[in-house]
Amino acid sequence: MKRAEAAGSMNRFAQLLDRLAYEHGRNAKLRLMTEYFRTTPDPERGFTLAALTGALSFAHAKPSLIGALIAERTDPVLFELSHDYVGDFSETVALLWPTAAAGADSEHPLLLSDVVTKLSTLGKAELPAQLARWLDALDETGRWALLKLVTGGLRIGVSARLAKTAVAALGDKDPDEIELIWPTLRPPYLDLFAWVEGHGKRPSASDPAPFRPVMLAHALEEQDLAPLDPKAYVGEWKWDGIRVQAAAGRLEDGGRVARLYSRTGEDISRSFPDLVEALAFDGAIDGELLVVREGRVQSFNTLQQRLNRKAVTEKLMAEFPAHLRAYDLLVEAGEDLRAKPFRERRARLAALVERLADPRIDLSPLVEFSTWEALAAARADPAAFGAGADADAVEGVMLKGREAAYVPGRPRGLWWKWKRGPALIDAVLMYAQRGSGKRSSFYSDYTFGVWRAGPEGEELVPVGKAYFGFTDEELLKIDRFVRRNIVDRFGPVREVVHEADKGLVMEIAFEGLQRSSRHKSGLAMRFPRINRLRWDKPPGEADRLETLERMLDLKTGATTHERAESADAAAR
Amino acid sequence: MRAQELLVRTPKGLCCRAGGFYIDPLRPVDRALITHAHSDHARAGHQHVLATAETLDLMRLRYGEHFAASAQPIAYGEKLGLDGVTVSFHPAGHVLGSAQILIEAEGTRIVASGDYKDVADPTCEPFEPVSCDVFITEATFGLPVFRHGDPRAEIGKLLGSIELFPERAHLVGVYVLGKAQRLLALLRQAGYERPVYLHGALEAFTGYYASRGIALGEVRPARDAQKTQLAGAVVLCPPSVLREPWARRFPDPVKAFASGWMRVRAQARQRGIELPLVISDHADWKGLTSAISATGAREIWVTHGQEDALVHWSTQRGLAARALRIEGYGEEDDEAG
Repeated sequence: MKRAEAAGSMNRFAQLLDRLAYEHGRNAKLRLMTEYFRTTPDPERGFTLAALTGALSFAHAKPSLIGALIAERTDPVLFELSHDYVGDFSETVALLWPTAAAGADSEHPLLLSDVVTKLSTLGKAELPAQLARWLDALDETGRWALLKLVTGGLRIGVSARLAKTAVAALGDKDPDEIELIWPTLRPPYLDLFAWVEGHGKRPSASDPAPFRPVMLAHALEEQDLAPLDPKAYVGEWKWDGIRVQAAAGRLEDGGRVARLYSRTGEDISRSFPDLVEALAFDGAIDGELLVVREGRVQSFNTLQQRLNRKAVTEKLMAEFPAHLRAYDLLVEAGEDLRAKPFRERRARLAALVERLADPRIDLSPLVEFSTWEALAAARADPAAFGAGADADAVEGVMLKGREAAYVPGRPRGLWWKWKRGPALIDAVLMYAQRGSGKRSSFYSDYTFGVWRAGPEGEELVPVGKAYFGFTDEELLKIDRFVRRNIVDRFGPVREVVHEADKGLVMEIAFEGLQRSSRHKSGLAMRFPRINRLRWDKPPGEADRLETLERMLDLKTGATTHERAESADAAAR
Repeated sequence: MRAQELLVRTPKGLCCRAGGFYIDPLRPVDRALITHAHSDHARAGHQHVLATAETLDLMRLRYGEHFAASAQPIAYGEKLGLDGVTVSFHPAGHVLGSAQILIEAEGTRIVASGDYKDVADPTCEPFEPVSCDVFITEATFGLPVFRHGDPRAEIGKLLGSIELFPERAHLVGVYVLGKAQRLLALLRQAGYERPVYLHGALEAFTGYYASRGIALGEVRPARDAQKTQLAGAVVLCPPSVLREPWARRFPDPVKAFASGWMRVRAQARQRGIELPLVISDHADWKGLTSAISATGAREIWVTHGQEDALVHWSTQRGLAARALRIEGYGEEDDEAG
């Protein structure tokens, strides 16, 4: 069979993205990428690698620009109906774009390198016309990939690490070796490909602050505890922040390098310059990124307000000061500590943190316990067991084997995480909206409410929104329910029937409650999700706002279902 | 006679009172005219059924000998008088035996097109536009985002995947009647000669197509195959079983689905499909709009699917258009696209 697309063309890049976006298996994704890198010439494959690892830099096109282009070419009603169905904006444009009468120029296919170079040099005024020419030259998949690329959101389920692993497989190299030289490499990575394919020397200048794959914990169920010996484990609070790795060191010329990585190895230094400047050590610390104000750890909600901002301003940094709560030390002064037992790494870490004496970096305290019962009590009420005022930012406890080495991945039995139980209530579905991503053509965003006494009798008041927690099969069922029970439309929002005897009850799990003036109910839920669908339960029997208010007043540790129910029972 | 009197919407489906019959009725009736043998259009339990010989055969396969008290075959183009109303059946290009039904009375012509597509299909007669005053069209893919493209390119995608993953079975979800057989024929046209494995639900219909002289190549029951034989093999099955334990017996399966829905990424991802193949037995947007134009109809009634966009499009072109909103079509098996 004849190759449908020229080896380095934009359409071929698009086909790779397309296939990767659908593939679930890690190994299959690797094979798809490795095969692509093997059969695609330089520099096209290098720009593809840059796109996959998020290393391309150009000013991204705004959706409004693309909106204007498509508005000139389609009927607005048909566009709206289509967008409502498809969900994703770029995809809708890609599918609706009129196919050019002349068709694509198969002699000179559009190359990814053309697109990347043009985008980084093109003036703002020239962008719309250029984009239109490219869209004319591509097919549906090509247009989709181009729009994802220029708007800056590939989101195809491939981490930078996985893409590098695929490159390593071209020449049986260890991906960690690529990781070490990665920060010195630039697109289109000609030297990297030459080296892994065995016809070039190893790119030099090893990185003094590379990312090391992190160690993860297994979720603990209570029955896992019985066979474990409490003396073999150390307890720590599980902080509700962002897992980070802070790496720092010196270049050969003496210059300092410091970086902050996410747990998947993405370099997030740019978002936290206030913390990066505090990384005045030589080594790699594993810890939690938190917002700490006047010595108090802030809730994840507060941290999220910083994460949501694109521009990192002085004001933002002053208002949401970034903090590193350290809990492990992987490397110090060139010495790899990962094979050493946890207690030894912890001692080295404590000494290092003390020497640093920087208020932005502190040591995550240990949770003392000698029996599992004691640990369970601490988990249920962190405030009373040492977490004090920081208890709101504790989402459970961690168990770490005293003698455990630092093993990348999720090795069994070395680290456990034991989260606090969620609170549960029964609420009634009130409004639904289409989701995004893979759920974009289904009603998958739900606003739910609980009962309260209103001026005209019993009424439902919205208390939160949930987007997940249900299975794919359940989603199809809820979607069907929504479609058949729409009573009103407000823009993209569909009001769904919610009366005492008609409607859908959802059991909602959530991690905590806060007072909020922004919500009609005066409450905001943390991390709500759908725990169970109660097709069997009439909406009239769902929970009441008073129940939630009492849960707010209790405001102690494990707000379990039992507690919610007993509070409910007390009210009746 | 006004069209609205000749054919009316009732809870049982579209009814021609003057002719004493229903078209694709949803509940048992005395006299039913059936456009094609998909289960949401062809139901069992009517007294008298009029349809093409192939549709009647397929209904027998689906429901057994006694699916109706009496069954009368009608050839494409043949005219039949029913109490002063003349009816005739014309190829719809949807599946084997599928037809559009033309109803004529006192100078008014209505075409109920059932499900149709206007592109080549090696397994059935091609769609034939029939001039009429009122055209009743489906709207399964009634949005301009639906462009089905060339099915040969999609088959190329499947074959390319087999080349890249020769040790993985390729499970292709297909509607059991029509899509399964069309996919087989397309594979053979693309030069794929290896045996294709079938889920049990596909066997009877596939056997029937083959008995009508449609070249489908060698097929084997999937249940008899050894796991080792299935590496790199194409296995056709109903889309619903892709999510069931049945799919786990195959070596590291690649899950594909051949359907017009696969044009929209969310539809594929929500179903856990890794290899979406845009192959449809329904007309895409361009097909629907050109079929409407080709009939010369001044009035368009839009049934099952995305009615709003098609009504809007027709209205923009000065046609009288309305959505019929008949519950029951395209719902029983939402994966029939």
